Amino acid sequence: MTQDAIEMIDVDKWFGDFQVLKGINFHVKSGDKVVICGPSGSGKSTVVRCINRLEAHQKGVIKIGGVVQDGSAAALEAIGSEVGMVFQQFNLFPHLTVMENLVLGPMKARGMTRKDAEARAMKYLDRVHIPEQAHKRPSQLSGGQQQRVAIARSLCMEPKVMLFDEPTSALDPEMISEVLDVIVELADEGMTMVVVTHEMGFARKVADQMVFMDAGEIVETGTPEDFFTAPKSKRTQTFLKQILQH
Amino acid sequence: MRAFLSLAALLVLSGCGSSDIWGWYVVNPMTPTGWVNIKFLVNGMGATILLSVIAASISIMLGLLVALPGLSERRRIRAINRVYVEIIRAIPLLPMLFWVFYGLPIVFKSMGLNIQIDPFWGAVITLALSDSAFTAEIYRAGIQSIAKGQAEAAKTVGLNYLKTMRYVILPQAIRRILPPLANQFIYIVKMSAFASVIGMQELTRRANELVVTEYRPLEIYSLLIVEYLVLVLIISAGVRRLERKMGSDERG
Repeated sequence: MTQDAIEMIDVDKWFGDFQVLKGINFHVKSGDKVVICGPSGSGKSTVVRCINRLEAHQKGVIKIGGVVQDGSAAALEAIGSEVGMVFQQFNLFPHLTVMENLVLGPMKARGMTRKDAEARAMKYLDRVHIPEQAHKRPSQLSGGQQQRVAIARSLCMEPKVMLFDEPTSALDPEMISEVLDVIVELADEGMTMVVVTHEMGFARKVADQMVFMDAGEIVETGTPEDFFTAPKSKRTQTFLKQILQH
Repeated sequence: MRAFLSLAALLVLSGCGSSDIWGWYVVNPMTPTGWVNIKFLVNGMGATILLSVIAASISIMLGLLVALPGLSERRRIRAINRVYVEIIRAIPLLPMLFWVFYGLPIVFKSMGLNIQIDPFWGAVITLALSDSAFTAEIYRAGIQSIAKGQAEAAKTVGLNYLKTMRYVILPQAIRRILPPLANQFIYIVKMSAFASVIGMQELTRRANELVVTEYRPLEIYSLLIVEYLVLVLIISAGVRRLERKMGSDERG
């Protein structure tokens, strides 16, 4: 039996009195590409942030690579070695060069030597097509380049699953495709990924599974084929109509 | 600044003319007595500087230790920071100095320890404690000014809390922390004058002792003020240089 890379079973989460997640059930098999979409405030970013424990959930079970996430050191360790994350705002370390951004985790968290870490960093900078920027500061790069560095930084930890939280939402339109292209390449190489995005063309191209969320619930899941051509729920239909209009 | 210097010069000049008000002879470097007096006064400078530097160094380390629990997500841990800062900040320096110098040895004695506190260390402990509440707030504000996403990104590349602080948060926060910390050092230098009341031989104490023997408070305290002024102006020039350097680093 193949084990699920990510399992969420009946997960509830509140921010104070406000319930952001309501009974979320969600499975990602190894090698799957899942795209989560939905209106803002629907809880889709929170799902991703709960998966790597940037937020703690209050009810239900989240398993990463079979390890139950309860906030314990061992569980956090599992996240650290299994899950990479790319943020909407890139969150590169501005006081470090691109290269230093990339080797920080491998050297300080994994204890790699500088030589090995730099070799690995160059490999992934090549992967995102910007090896020549290695010695610049993030502030000297365009938004698209910064986001590609952020992807390379995650890859340097060699995760089994990559989470993308609206990776192109903070980008100027002309830079969106250079970032999406990199993510598509990763998908083609077999990386397991969960992507929160409004880019429906991209979703249609890479997703094995579409998830539509609204008001803290998963409203509909399905293959991109069914999801885009024959959405079952009324809410999904309205959302798709709005987002695909322009 | 210029207005102040000319005012000072005016005071000095007018004093030279009417010797019934001013008696600059007590600190006139041209006369043997005046020279001896000046040397006596200025000799306190080393103690003032040493006291300030040691107290500031302790305060800088203590302040960080106090600031960190203040950044916790857990209310109970944050409370450690709040209680410390609110209490220490509320105690005036002079009563705290008396308590440490006269009171603390009695506390030690009741615990069966025979520890005397000399004026220097009494002043160091008090200044460092009192200042640490302020440095803690400086650290907290500086660290909180770094976007939350930085700590989250550090977490996703496997860094634990201490490594996140060490490699990601503090190197960025330090640019916002250093200038106000340096300003705080000026505050310590000025507050070190209180050490005179427990008999520490620093600038103010020496001025007081000379006044008692020479009966010339106006001239001697004027010189004392100039001594602090020179010390503080040198430090603020250093602070400004530091701020410029930090500013240019941030842009670069």
